[in-house]
Amino acid sequence: MTTFPDNPVAMSNLPPPADVRVEMLRSLLRIRLVEEEIVRRYGEGEMRCPTHICIGQEAPPVGVSAHLRRTDAVFAAHRSHGHYLAKGADLDAMIAELYGRETGCARGRGGSQHLVDLDAGFMGSAPILASTVSVGVGVAWAAKRRGEDRVVAVYFGDGATEEGAFHEALNFAGVNRLPVVFVCENNLYSVHTPLDVRQPARGIHEFGPVNGMAGVQGDGNDVDSVWALAGQAVTRARQGQGPTLLEFMTYRRKEHCGPGEDDALGYRPVAEVRRWHDRCPVQNYERRLVAEDLVTELDVQSMREAIAAEIAQAFEAARAAPFPAAADLGRYVYPSDQENA
Amino acid sequence: MAERLLSYSEAIREAQADCLARDPSVYLMGLGVPGPTGIFGSTKGLVERFGADRVLDMPASEGGMTGVALGTAIAGMRPILVHVRVDFAVLSMEALVNQAAKWHFMYGGKMRAPLTVRMIIGRGWGQGPQHSQSLQAWFGHVPGLKVVMPATASDAKGMLTAAVEDDAPVIVLEHRWLYGVTGAVPEGRHVRPLSGAKVMREGRHVTLAGFSYMVLECMRAADLLASVGIEAEVIDLRTLTPIDIDTITASVAKTGRIVTADTGHSQFGATAEVTSLVAEHAFHHLKKPPARIALPAVPTPTTPSLADAYYPRAIDIARRALVLCDSDAALEEPPPLTPWLDVPEPRFTGPY
Repeated sequence: MTTFPDNPVAMSNLPPPADVRVEMLRSLLRIRLVEEEIVRRYGEGEMRCPTHICIGQEAPPVGVSAHLRRTDAVFAAHRSHGHYLAKGADLDAMIAELYGRETGCARGRGGSQHLVDLDAGFMGSAPILASTVSVGVGVAWAAKRRGEDRVVAVYFGDGATEEGAFHEALNFAGVNRLPVVFVCENNLYSVHTPLDVRQPARGIHEFGPVNGMAGVQGDGNDVDSVWALAGQAVTRARQGQGPTLLEFMTYRRKEHCGPGEDDALGYRPVAEVRRWHDRCPVQNYERRLVAEDLVTELDVQSMREAIAAEIAQAFEAARAAPFPAAADLGRYVYPSDQENA
Repeated sequence: MAERLLSYSEAIREAQADCLARDPSVYLMGLGVPGPTGIFGSTKGLVERFGADRVLDMPASEGGMTGVALGTAIAGMRPILVHVRVDFAVLSMEALVNQAAKWHFMYGGKMRAPLTVRMIIGRGWGQGPQHSQSLQAWFGHVPGLKVVMPATASDAKGMLTAAVEDDAPVIVLEHRWLYGVTGAVPEGRHVRPLSGAKVMREGRHVTLAGFSYMVLECMRAADLLASVGIEAEVIDLRTLTPIDIDTITASVAKTGRIVTADTGHSQFGATAEVTSLVAEHAFHHLKKPPARIALPAVPTPTTPSLADAYYPRAIDIARRALVLCDSDAALEEPPPLTPWLDVPEPRFTGPY
């Protein structure tokens, strides 16, 4: 945890209000259970698109989204199910998108890597690592120019910070003091390549101050500390005090892409995998709230059951939905007023 | 009413001024856009009239700023992004090709990206390998982008206006050697379609179809051919996406012969695409194999001695047409107006 005195984001020691914490637990559980159901069914071969599971990385989207309004905008990259769901975007449309159906959030044209729900302020995800960072900055710039009260949160991974577009976007957001919260989920690996062979020893958050904004590193597996840091960043953005770069240290539990475990490949040290496994952001938070008497185990059980029912319904609806018609192959290449006729 | 003549660059400036005046969501941005020279004059005076929040400079971040412009476009604005040379736009290929081109499609039509990108093609005066490329074929290969190459002052205004008003990302390629060319340009809102070729001169013996600056060279070639009794039909192809094969086919049905001329390289280029379409759609009309005039597979040399040999001119188009017409007439190239051929006309002085 590092803060920068010339542009400080002070840590708050106050925990989130009880009702927020219970809702965050529900959101964490929901993302986890959705991902587990995708994992369970992926092998059936009906979700025919590259799918990046976010198990282990649920806390940053939940802690950030707790401060965002529906009208605030979110952009993400390839591992974006959590960002989408935490922002309140439509679960049915996401599952249908994974199944390639016309009822999908991108009408089957995008798949897991191109989620969208404009009503919920989820404005897009894309797998070329840093690409949506600048697009998000553009949305923030448009909002500021038009005097709209709108904050933009952009999620990306550690790999994205090795692409030029990331630095160009931070520079522009910094010089124009745009209402953006840059959220880096540093899971230490880009596919199978560890951070230390890709970047010199430094914190990614250090790119904040050199671009005219606060840069803070936090625990990405503890939703309470994500919530505290994100709250200050969102407040700063909303009050016209410019952008913030948040770096959350976290860990991916599954293989880079797909439903499996790939620990047998040996690219991550066993002790490291075990250490992060013990730091499960969902299970530990559930235990914490039970220990603090904010919820009972029975409460958690009924949360799980309600979520499971919602998920079952989403999968059932998706699998029953129609595929886009082959005759519509050329639709949406160029906008037209007749395209939805 | 008497026709009003404007230069190509004045027409571009007027199109931008009219769009800025008509629609508050339009803004104009690029490195040097509000600067003292104003992108070869094409943006001069606009910052004084519309203010620094609508006519903007930017960091030299071609890729990132294209993403930023895309972000403002999906949020309802209509950016015009300017690259003083195509070569700098190469830095923005990711944002254009992966993002802007696909934004409408990959989110199932949920968003539109009304982004206009002006890119200027250089030529001559030692512009060399990285200041004079003509990369329209790259953009033409990408579904979702519209790629246009106005050749006249009227189209420069009308097609840029249409690009700004279009809901798709549009790449407008402007050839530097057209900037001083004048033509009749209507006042007020003037929109020319982003599709459809235009017959510039009618003829019955051979079709000369050109893109951008090469339309002028085709017109000069037609003059040369007329001097030996060959009537060439000249087509301004105007756009790469789509290429108007119907107009080309109608012409080839008449002439049976076609030379296609482009400012870019021949291999995998715009002339290759036109020739393929002619083979598919007009094969039965052809009396001779289709011919192409374009750049060789060599980077642009800087020295004028090599540049003069590098760039095809009217005489090259005309001589190729003569072969197609089985004519052994001798064509003399008119004496050059300048010692080297690296400027469009004697008044033109570098560097630029």
